[in-house]
Amino acid sequence: MTFDKEYFNIGYLDRLSYGDTVIHRLDPRSKVIATMIFVITVISYGKYQVIPLIPFLLFPVLLMTLSDTPVMLIVKKMLVVSPFAVFIGVFNPVFDNRAVALSDTVYISAGWLSFLSILIKFALTISAALLLIATTSFPGVCNALRRLGVPSLFTSQLLFLYRYIFVLMEEAMRIVRAKDLKSFGSRGTGVKVFAGLIGVLFIRTIERASRIYNAMLSRGFDGKMKTMKKSRLGVADAAFLAAVLLMVYLFRAYDIAGFLGGIIKY
Amino acid sequence: MSHHIVEFRDVCFSYPDNTPALDGISFRITHGESVGIVGANGAGKSTLLMHMNGYLLPSKGTVVIGDLELNKKTSRDVRKKIGLIFQNPDDQLFMPTVFDDVAFGPINLGLSEEKIRERVDEALRVVGCLPLKEKPPHHLSSGQKSAVAIASVIAMQPDILAMDEPASNLDPKSRRQLINLLKGFKHTKIIASHDLDLILEVCERCMVIKEGRIAADGFAEEILLNKVLLEENGLELPLSRQNIIYTRKGQDERVGKT
Amino acid sequence: MHMADALLSPAVGAAFGAGTLGAIAYCSKKLKENMDEKLIPLMGVLGAFIFAAQMINFTIPATGSSGHLGGGMILAIVLGPYAAFLVMASVLTVQAFFFADGGLLALGCNIWNLGAYPCFIAYPLIYKPLTRTNRSSGLLLFAALLSAVTGLQMGSFSVVVQTLLSGKSELPFNAFLLLMQPIHLGIGIVEGIITAGVIGYVRALRPELFESASSSRPLAAGISLKNVLIAFVILAAITGSALSWFASTYPDGLEWSIERVYGKTELPEQEHGIAATLKRLQEKTAFLPDYKFKKSEGGSKEKETSSPWPEVDTGTSLSGITGALIALGLIILIAIGIRTIRGSKPGTP
Repeated sequence: MTFDKEYFNIGYLDRLSYGDTVIHRLDPRSKVIATMIFVITVISYGKYQVIPLIPFLLFPVLLMTLSDTPVMLIVKKMLVVSPFAVFIGVFNPVFDNRAVALSDTVYISAGWLSFLSILIKFALTISAALLLIATTSFPGVCNALRRLGVPSLFTSQLLFLYRYIFVLMEEAMRIVRAKDLKSFGSRGTGVKVFAGLIGVLFIRTIERASRIYNAMLSRGFDGKMKTMKKSRLGVADAAFLAAVLLMVYLFRAYDIAGFLGGIIKY
Repeated sequence: MSHHIVEFRDVCFSYPDNTPALDGISFRITHGESVGIVGANGAGKSTLLMHMNGYLLPSKGTVVIGDLELNKKTSRDVRKKIGLIFQNPDDQLFMPTVFDDVAFGPINLGLSEEKIRERVDEALRVVGCLPLKEKPPHHLSSGQKSAVAIASVIAMQPDILAMDEPASNLDPKSRRQLINLLKGFKHTKIIASHDLDLILEVCERCMVIKEGRIAADGFAEEILLNKVLLEENGLELPLSRQNIIYTRKGQDERVGKT
Repeated sequence: MHMADALLSPAVGAAFGAGTLGAIAYCSKKLKENMDEKLIPLMGVLGAFIFAAQMINFTIPATGSSGHLGGGMILAIVLGPYAAFLVMASVLTVQAFFFADGGLLALGCNIWNLGAYPCFIAYPLIYKPLTRTNRSSGLLLFAALLSAVTGLQMGSFSVVVQTLLSGKSELPFNAFLLLMQPIHLGIGIVEGIITAGVIGYVRALRPELFESASSSRPLAAGISLKNVLIAFVILAAITGSALSWFASTYPDGLEWSIERVYGKTELPEQEHGIAATLKRLQEKTAFLPDYKFKKSEGGSKEKETSSPWPEVDTGTSLSGITGALIALGLIILIAIGIRTIRGSKPGTP
């Protein structure tokens, strides 16, 4: 992935998160909690379970639809980060080739089943994480984390980081372009040049930090990052959380897929 | 109204690597004045401004803001009186949303939640950025960033506004809006800039800095039209005045020939 | 390499999540005790720096492939271990959100793997003692190399352990280790060289940055071997108890590790773990009879409940598959339905 593309990608997701839909308007805390519950439930399934995971797709699909998040964006981002899970999971069919009966005549290797289970879990958990940020502005997520008990020093770090990612990526882009102009199209960058580029970026970063500190001082900064409480949990949040809990509980406790399959038989 | 005064008495300052930056600066700015500070790159303009809020402390001499002599103990109170706006709005806007950023100062002043909201709305209205309240700074244009940076400082209701290159990176239209905004402020204003036209429009008084000393101090109209003085200090006439002078010079030559 | 949610069991995820949260709280507390205000913006902006720096690629000599900066060691050298750990944690958190690197539950593991080892082991126990007296560039390179390689080796070992403890992968321990450690040896060497290069470059140009930084963080030296060991023993205890908690839930993938940890292959059979708890909850609250009795009416196709492979009870059956397809269809229908209704309403965003 090229530099500009990556920059564009993170910016796009960020822009989506400032949308205004039913989902966007929910309190960040309820979305963070719902997502965590969802993720934990999904991965609590055993290694060979595939069918019971399918109904869980309802959660990301509903979020995606209600929040007007483009499906392709989520799919593309999922593919980009998939290699590790796939790389590890693909060994399962190799090492675990016991047969499992699907019916009297159809058999499948247990390894393929567990690999499939990993892939579905991957899709569910990653899409849930991406949708959380696509429907909640990052400052909102940080605020939620702080109020859920994460140390404020850490959440203020997250906010600074978020604020300056965009600024520093542009700075880095300028440095790389300047280097490209001088290196006449030779593509690679040796370690020495690379260390120099990073060094320049590093020095500029430190200088920027001291200018920011100065700006903070002149606005009365006294060592504590104070923010105002802004969001309040409302009826919509309660309804959302209740719905997610109910859904997760039903899907976890009852074999929905088997149930549906059973109905069809009659 | 003594608390709107900025006074430097023989201020000297050297950076840790011993490069002298200020070398005996003395001046007094009184209530309601608008003062431009001009000078070549590295003349000491930014260093001078950083002495006004105690970010840097003089190695010799004293700085007085209002009725307080600036030192480590008073710096916190001094910062309430003087609002400093820096060159790069990206460094100035360090909070994740416009609201949080403008509210940062008032929160630190210990105001009530209601008062904070009032001040934020008021400051954003003044600079015409109220609709941007919930946006993150990286979604703003350069002009909007500068305007919000100014709002974040005036939300603290300082007596004195000090600015470092307020118009750099601005397109002509945003720059014009900024100039009109500045003209509207009743605060004591101190503006360091290479944009001599802006200074000429906004400021009555002008100081020229060269190698850490004050080379000239007087009416902006006089100093900024003094071609010899400006060129001695690594500057040139404001662009808006260059044509006029050239024409006059041309006429003079024509007159000479006839 | 980032650990992924899909490979984790809830117990391992929760154990490392708790360990990481604890470490974050501890670092915050330590920093607050003797806070240098300047560190607050510096830490935040350096996090963004790591982010931006990771996007610049360079060519690894003689291989043609490219690498980039991990950042843990540079941060530790500039900020000291506590602040560096917080910054690393924030970088990985933002990555987990914006790039979905790994996922949310795996975040605890990832912060632990990529943050804790460089900050709390490699830096205080290797880099610092080596560079305390002598500051030649050769020694700097050696110290950076050794500490970066150590940090990454421990991190990748951690990934192996976490994956296998979770029991979702079938990879044998040795094979997995042989796969991971050499890759990370390469990554570690690259990381070490870059770290040394950047530190050397910056120190030559702006020596005062390091002097002022190190004088403003006297606590950086405060990490003792004892504290580090205590922290790791506590984490090991948490992981160990978590292991016994979920071991019986996923017995098959875990025989090897239980054997190693407990010295025997069998653990007392007990019904616990999230699955079991939920099952018990279901039994208590069930308002629908367990669908399995319907299955028994369904005929011969559901025979797998008594299949010859009872250890792989997957609930997989043809009726299950049909049901899953129906569920999938329903979900898509719901989505299309919502889109249509909302699309027909004028003025909806």
